[in-house]
Amino acid sequence: MSLFKVFDVSGSAMTAQSVRLNVTASNLANADSVASTPDAAYRARHPVFAAQLQELTANPDLDAAGVGVQMKGVVQSAAEPVKRFHPEHPLADAQGFVYGSNVNPVEELTNMISASRSFQSSVEVMTSARDLLLQTSSMGR
Amino acid sequence: MFKNVFGIHERSLLLSGERVGVLASNIANADTPHYKARDIDFQSVLAGEQSTPGALPMARTDTAHLAAGPGGELPTLAELKYRIPFQPSLDGNTVEAPVEQAKFAENQVRYQASLMMINRRISSIENALSGQ
Repeated sequence: MSLFKVFDVSGSAMTAQSVRLNVTASNLANADSVASTPDAAYRARHPVFAAQLQELTANPDLDAAGVGVQMKGVVQSAAEPVKRFHPEHPLADAQGFVYGSNVNPVEELTNMISASRSFQSSVEVMTSARDLLLQTSSMGR
Repeated sequence: MFKNVFGIHERSLLLSGERVGVLASNIANADTPHYKARDIDFQSVLAGEQSTPGALPMARTDTAHLAAGPGGELPTLAELKYRIPFQPSLDGNTVEAPVEQAKFAENQVRYQASLMMINRRISSIENALSGQ
């Protein structure tokens, strides 16, 4: 019965989107963090999503439904940290520079909106599947 | 007598149930790079069913027997069609959330319609049996 698999599929999507929201929160929180060296500066993190297709492509006779979302990991942005001249800052290096994070707040806010919309869609799908299953279980009454 | 009591609705219910899962996968992977949206071609499967009205399922008394053709099995992953997007995204994803949500809603109505037909059939048989 594939209707039950909808809970797994939508659940995996909700997990992935909440990780994305978590990472966005971390990025926004550290948008103004500074460090003494470019290496120590905070770098924006982004999650990598992939479809759970491995076991399905190995066996194409499997049931049609049920391709969930898989978290491949979190990558750090390769953009250069922002170098600012602040000689009075306690973290400033010998030349008087501090290195700010490379977080782009606009990008993070759009990520946040997109993640919350996708999460909502998955919740709707799960609610609909639950309704259909409940109606089916009362069939003939 | 009760061999084919629910007619096409029994198969339609199974197929819509399967399609819920396919469309849920599409919506779940709306943000996955390189994911291609897929769907069951309801019309062609239905046409396959109707070309063999009242076909009885073939009895398989041995595991080596082949499965019956039309009217037998539900479509497998390999038989799913790929959706042609109106505007594919740069990351290779072809899921368009509004399209998928519309299809999901349509499929939900189909499922409920089949369920209703089956329920009506059950109550009419109950009426006939109670002899009133």
